[in-house]
Amino acid sequence: MEDMIFYDRLQFAFTITFHYIFPQLTMGLSLIIVYYKWRFLKTNIEKYNNAAKFFMKIFAINFTMGVVTGIPMEFQFGTNWAKFSELTGGIIGQTLAMEGLFSFFLESSFLALFIFGEKLMGQKLHFLTGFLVFLGSWASGYLILATNAWMQHPVGYEILDNGKFVLENFSALFSNPWLLPAFLHNQLASLVTSSFVVASIGAFYILRNKSLEYGQLFLKTGVIFGLASSLLLAFPTGDWNAKNVAKYQPATFAAMEGIFETEEAGAEIVLIGQPDMVQKKLDNKIAVPNILSFLTYQDWNKQIPGMDQFKEEELPDNIPALYYSYHIMVGLGTIFIAIMGLAVFFLWKKKLYTIKPLLWAIMFLVPFPYIANITGWYTAELGRQPYLVYGLLKTSEGLSPTVSSGNTLFTLLGFVALYMLLGLLFLVLVGKTIHQGPTPQKH
Amino acid sequence: MEVFWYIIISVILAIFFILDGYNFGTGIIHLFFAKTEKDKEVIAKSAGLFWDFNEVWLVAGGALLFMAFPTFYASVFSGFYLPLIIVLWLIIFRAIGLEFRSQFNFQMWKDIWDKSFGVASLLLALFFGIALGNVVRGVNLGGIENGVAAFEPHYFFLPLWDSSFSPLSETPGVIDWFTIIIGLISVVTLAIHGANWIILKTNSSINNKLKSLIFKLTILLAALTLISLLAWQIVNPNSLNNFIDKPYLILFPILYFSGLIGLFFIKKIKKDSYGFMLSTLLVLGGITSSLASLFPVILPSTNKLSEPLTIYNTAASEYGLSVALGWGIIGLILVAIYLIIQKKLLSGKVDEMDYGH
Repeated sequence: MEDMIFYDRLQFAFTITFHYIFPQLTMGLSLIIVYYKWRFLKTNIEKYNNAAKFFMKIFAINFTMGVVTGIPMEFQFGTNWAKFSELTGGIIGQTLAMEGLFSFFLESSFLALFIFGEKLMGQKLHFLTGFLVFLGSWASGYLILATNAWMQHPVGYEILDNGKFVLENFSALFSNPWLLPAFLHNQLASLVTSSFVVASIGAFYILRNKSLEYGQLFLKTGVIFGLASSLLLAFPTGDWNAKNVAKYQPATFAAMEGIFETEEAGAEIVLIGQPDMVQKKLDNKIAVPNILSFLTYQDWNKQIPGMDQFKEEELPDNIPALYYSYHIMVGLGTIFIAIMGLAVFFLWKKKLYTIKPLLWAIMFLVPFPYIANITGWYTAELGRQPYLVYGLLKTSEGLSPTVSSGNTLFTLLGFVALYMLLGLLFLVLVGKTIHQGPTPQKH
Repeated sequence: MEVFWYIIISVILAIFFILDGYNFGTGIIHLFFAKTEKDKEVIAKSAGLFWDFNEVWLVAGGALLFMAFPTFYASVFSGFYLPLIIVLWLIIFRAIGLEFRSQFNFQMWKDIWDKSFGVASLLLALFFGIALGNVVRGVNLGGIENGVAAFEPHYFFLPLWDSSFSPLSETPGVIDWFTIIIGLISVVTLAIHGANWIILKTNSSINNKLKSLIFKLTILLAALTLISLLAWQIVNPNSLNNFIDKPYLILFPILYFSGLIGLFFIKKIKKDSYGFMLSTLLVLGGITSSLASLFPVILPSTNKLSEPLTIYNTAASEYGLSVALGWGIIGLILVAIYLIIQKKLLSGKVDEMDYGH
């Protein structure tokens, strides 16, 4: 039983982590593409149109990867988490099926038209197809977040005698207090990734002294979008989500902040430290007193329950992993604000394109927003443990009753091998597209 | 309400097999019959332009199945664990083959992805046929051996094969001689369908050859159909009872056979789209007939102890199903609009299109 849970969780974690490399770029990038296309319509300067088409090439490679790694996600609900599907399908099936009908069709229909149809349709319709692709990808994000919000904070359900969750109120799925902050935070985080990718490609062209006109355009767009989204990511959306966790999942909140003992008045905020799960304390801790209480409740002396207030089985089952995920996300988010703030400052001073160390930093920082996005999701998912549906259905109760751990390990190994190949191809193709550059090729 | 959703999901899955079916068939023809680089490129393109839109039908059908019949979804997806995951891997290979073949302009690269696309298409056609064969034959619900159940009665787990390869064994596997026959029918049907698509959408140099190929494959298909009907009688002597009890269901086999008969005249048919319509009838009729023979059962049990899964004992709540009908209809209308726009704008032969490069 133990190893069944382990392999099923590992397979889901591996496949979703790999999958989420792609949608986090396509969601944000589609907005930037729509922005370039809109600038082109306004100004009729060819540069903007070429920029839109260049990023659409990168978008298309990511979209393909996202689709082929996304289908296994839907299948795995049934293959590996059959009991969970059986018990909750009547509820989360609603939002997942809506995603299929309302967003995948929209994206896949209009992406082909955007890529192949510019001459057929004319510029205004071409802009519209780009906009519809953007709409489809954000609708997809919204419906996935609605599904996840229900698992984090179940609403609008009734539990029958046989343990099945039955939908009682459809609109409650969308007025879930967990949904809006999580959705906004997620979309902004996706925009941060895309901004870094755009800025990083720009910095690369400037440093290589190639396609300079586009290098400067990309860098400018990237840092402006990047600063705006990094700031909004921390406040108000990050703050809002943390308050939700404190309110609806207090045990998770204590674990992710690393509060082992409840303090009489006012909780400190931990900046650095390693959880020691045997002695129940943080090693090498650096913390600032009372800040956490203020940030969470705007009250310096408000008491925040630590992990000592909860029973063992209510606490997440991997506290160090949760604690690190959360702190990596927050730490990186802070660095993004600093770097993008600096870049925008020098852009305003008209010096950005010549400060090489900053350009190098922007270029090499590109993996980190991906890491921050993924650790953010780890925070949400590890934080929800040991439950699949918070407080109601344990992860161990959701497995497929008929699939042995040997079969799961077999498919996990297959996915690892296949995804390594996909990852390699992805890097080669994106690298090739960047190398060719945004200037239209002459045949 | 269950019947409504059963019909909607069946239609969506049938559309998936019609649309992605021509795509699989295109891959099969590409693998065996496309020889020149020009043909290979244009045939791959006639599939590559549309694969993701076609595959969305599978995703949407699967998700709707999850919403409307969660118990069925849970049972079938975990019961067919290995074959389903293998199907996923094949889908990945096929898609990247189509998307990546034109990314580099040298022959070795193209050959690799052409093979990836072709072989994966062939195996997918075979596997989906085998899957249909499994649904028609039924599975050992409850995992019963020697009268003892291993699981709850609505769960099962199928090995890929049982050493007897017989559908009549107590614990039949995914692959047995009956499901292989259905798998072959699927390969031949989709090869015909794909060939018709290539004739419709391209000016490839093998279009004329494909017509006589379709004719030969139609003869083969007629023979296989006959064999499968006899085999089906052995596997389940009551297999045709539903058509006797509910005579209106005969409409579906009529679709299939009119497609089959029509295709014997493929060489005389002048308009390319008629050939494609005939093979569409074939796919549509084949799937709907199989489902109709079971209705309202959706997964028969091969043992006497467990009840078969039906649309009634696997459905979500009445309230959930009726709310979903509201947004489902809106969604499907939108999808129909996209389909029309897309077909209008990307109509005509693929090699004559101007992409604006």
